[in-house]
Amino acid sequence: MDFTASLALIIPELILTVAGLALLLVCAWGGDKLARQVAILAVAALFGAGFVIMPGVHFGTGPVVDAFGGLMKMDGFALFAKALIYLSAIACLIVAPAFFNSEAAGSEKGMRAEYPVLILFATLGMSIMVSAADFMTLYLGLELNSLSAYVLAAILRKDQRSAEAGLKYFVLGALASGILLYGMSLLYGFTGATDFASVRSALSGELSTGQLFGLIFVLSGLAFKIAAVPFHMWTPDVYEGAPTPVTAFFSTAPKVAAVALTARVVFEVFGGQIDAWQQIVMFTALASIVFGALGAIGQENLKRLLAYSSINNVGFILLGLAVGTAAGASAMLVYLFIYVAMSLGSFVALLMLRSEDGNLYETFADIRGLAVTRPAIAWALLLLMFSLAGIPPLLGFYSKFVVFQATVEAGLVAFAAIAIAASVIGAFYYIKFVKVMFFDEPAGVVTGKSGAAHWVLLALTAAIISPLGYLMTRSLTDLADKAASSLFLLP
Amino acid sequence: MDFPILTTMMLVPLAGAVLCLFTGAGAARGIALASTLATFALGVLLWSNYEIGGAQWQFTERYDLFAGFNYALGIDGIALMLIMLSVFLMPICILASWDAIQKRVGEYMAAFLFMEVLMIGTFGAQDIFLFYIFFEAGLIPMYLIIGVWGGDNRIYASYKFFLYTLIGSVLMLIAMFWMVATAGTSDIPTLMQYDFPVGAQTWLWLAFFASFAVKVPMWPFHTWLPDAHVQAPTAGSVILAGVLLKLGGYGFIRFSLPMFPEASADFAWFVFILSMVAVVYTSLVALVQADMKKLIAYSSVAHMAIVTVGLFAFNVQGLEGAMIVMLSHGLVSGALFLCVGVIYDRLHTREIERYGGLSINMPYYAIFFLLFTMASIGLPGTSGFVGEFLSLAGIYQSSSLVALICTTGIILGAAYMLYLYRRVAFGDQKNADAAAMADITPREWAMMAPIAAVVLWMGVYPESFLAPMRADIAVLDAQLAAAAPAGDAELAAGAPREEIANAMEHQAEGEH
Repeated sequence: MDFTASLALIIPELILTVAGLALLLVCAWGGDKLARQVAILAVAALFGAGFVIMPGVHFGTGPVVDAFGGLMKMDGFALFAKALIYLSAIACLIVAPAFFNSEAAGSEKGMRAEYPVLILFATLGMSIMVSAADFMTLYLGLELNSLSAYVLAAILRKDQRSAEAGLKYFVLGALASGILLYGMSLLYGFTGATDFASVRSALSGELSTGQLFGLIFVLSGLAFKIAAVPFHMWTPDVYEGAPTPVTAFFSTAPKVAAVALTARVVFEVFGGQIDAWQQIVMFTALASIVFGALGAIGQENLKRLLAYSSINNVGFILLGLAVGTAAGASAMLVYLFIYVAMSLGSFVALLMLRSEDGNLYETFADIRGLAVTRPAIAWALLLLMFSLAGIPPLLGFYSKFVVFQATVEAGLVAFAAIAIAASVIGAFYYIKFVKVMFFDEPAGVVTGKSGAAHWVLLALTAAIISPLGYLMTRSLTDLADKAASSLFLLP
Repeated sequence: MDFPILTTMMLVPLAGAVLCLFTGAGAARGIALASTLATFALGVLLWSNYEIGGAQWQFTERYDLFAGFNYALGIDGIALMLIMLSVFLMPICILASWDAIQKRVGEYMAAFLFMEVLMIGTFGAQDIFLFYIFFEAGLIPMYLIIGVWGGDNRIYASYKFFLYTLIGSVLMLIAMFWMVATAGTSDIPTLMQYDFPVGAQTWLWLAFFASFAVKVPMWPFHTWLPDAHVQAPTAGSVILAGVLLKLGGYGFIRFSLPMFPEASADFAWFVFILSMVAVVYTSLVALVQADMKKLIAYSSVAHMAIVTVGLFAFNVQGLEGAMIVMLSHGLVSGALFLCVGVIYDRLHTREIERYGGLSINMPYYAIFFLLFTMASIGLPGTSGFVGEFLSLAGIYQSSSLVALICTTGIILGAAYMLYLYRRVAFGDQKNADAAAMADITPREWAMMAPIAAVVLWMGVYPESFLAPMRADIAVLDAQLAAAAPAGDAELAAGAPREEIANAMEHQAEGEH
């Protein structure tokens, strides 16, 4: 494979790299007063990268997808995931300035110019992750993303909660990276290769103990990154402590990247050993659904609650993965798309719960009676919460619909029944949201005005998850089917 | 007919609902009334264009809009009657809330109109997943109606209603996935003809039963109902009793019976036992209630038990009776809740003890209340009689024991309803404030009179309501005939006698 062809394939990554480096220089010389311009340019770079991949997402990729001799793979699956990642990164950049320029940012009022740059680098890392076709590339992308994320969590340096979140995330994330590396080294030792195709062919037949350990360690490391039970403990603390725009970012883009990466690893590396990984992923999926639902019940803090909700949702996403069929993978991608919309919408709504001087409210007590004082936000949150609970006719039901359909079609009826029963437990705390906003007497503390960017994003996500969203299910399913099928084009 | 009338019937209230959200109280009331009346007019058009004896599925519409399921609508006679019930009760509900609801009127009216869309959709859906979406979506507006505009204990009631009904329906969804994966289609008419393996039918039947038994509700899954009824505003109770409970019965007749006939036959006695307990037990519970709404709520459980025994009688009379009881109970219990609402609006209490002698100061009210009380008991000439008679005649053919026990429901029904009526309308005017209440207003006349007229119409000439359903029930009965369990009251042909019955024994030729 010649070099120019490879470079042509990674144009989106090149755009992000160049933009990130150039903007870093701008920050170094220009300082925080240029933060707004840097953010705008970062959004432009993300749009550019997204623009480049759009034809591939829509019309399918060309026949050649391997870059750099099989280190990276630009197939339909990677492009679908990248499109989602870029979109959520853009959204998280758009909502950030209003947060950082208000009292909510504490003593460090004013957006730091590094924020957009870090988001860019994190996005670049994710972009590499989902395209990885070799364990080395995988680790490179994962660490680029993780290191940027640790800094992002702690970006409010003088805020104790933010610093604590960053440290916690870093220590536990480093541990997970270690586990992952250990698994990769075991696999390398027992198969003699790091690229996915060779490892896959070496893993045919009965797994040796070392190979099985390698598989388990790799999956554990990845489960940590997607915050799936039993590696979920960091999530509520980090989500609560990190600044809300960063939390919104964590709950969307990195989740898409990590899930897509896990899907690629299980199908492309362990695809021949479905018996070995299916039970692990299935256990993780069901445990995430149940623990996510139970853990959220006692929460008073809305960000912690949404953290548990994301654990719960990850369970459903992994359920689609655990099915191990193309239909399951496609269902997983549809779920991811809808989940990103719901999650973004919820966090944007949280960002709009402000006092007059911009402080954020984040407990149930503060949103009492919101339907009387701020009906528009309350109704949008009502749609989002019922959608997260999977109640029709909202689009959240459709995401669960496709996953359960794939599960039942694959003959795993009992697992579907357990998962759906747990989703009723989950419904309890989602409707608590509605109860507090609609049934209780107004607390009347949410008085602040929100910018146009917030309103547009909230309206957009609410429109997507409203029944109108069903009209796009046909094209969404088409795209997801196409993307998922590229995972199964294997020797 | 090419005009997509079912979709139009859903779009009219939907547009009204969106408008109501953005307007003030006065305008919202007007918009809601206008759009429900327009929908009712469309419903009348629907009925008059329904061809009795024509195709089984009429007014079919099919658009390829979604992935995974279809937007497919179409009705048979059974669905037609239930849609008529819904669109008929809706304007009355709006009228009932005219003055009673004073806070957040726009949102309230929007929730009701949205509810109407979903009910028409549920009865009209021809795709099993579309049915599920409409069926389940009703939780959202009802949760809000109970929770925002309900009584003192509304939050507990709304949670209980939501979670109880949700947990029932999710298992049904899993069963639906399995059925669609097995049969390869989500089209309800095709699924009704599909023979599911007998072993699987048991599980499928139980999954569907979990959902419908909660909706109907059958004893012992009924405990959400008294709470929800008591706490909901008057119009909310009317819709709950009038239409939402019918979703369960409709589910049995549309899914459980035709799709799983063998399992239905196997479980018939299970249903009978639950229903017999319900009839006797909830009637006795109703007898001792001090709260009017609770009393009527428990009587609903008893009446719906007559529906379930009729459905599982496996013969034409039982099925027709069950349908008529559903329609009649929708009207009568709705009207009874309205009667409670009328005096609740004046005195703000539902306690029976606080009233008395209302026939003196509210004679017209007392007449309406009496008519609906009698219809609830099943007096000949009212709709209640027709339905209960057919249902019990149907069940008598399969089991005389079940018929015997369920018939006590009529006696107990007379006991608790007449006892209620005596305490509220007759006797001394022991409470001064109750004695000072004014008789019903023209608005309340407009609510009660149409229901009273239909109750009498159905009682005197039920053929109008039975005719559209006859062919569909005959099809269903033919489908069930193979699986029907043997009844104990069927005529058995004995061996013919040798001689005529009054033949004298021939004496041996005597000796002369």
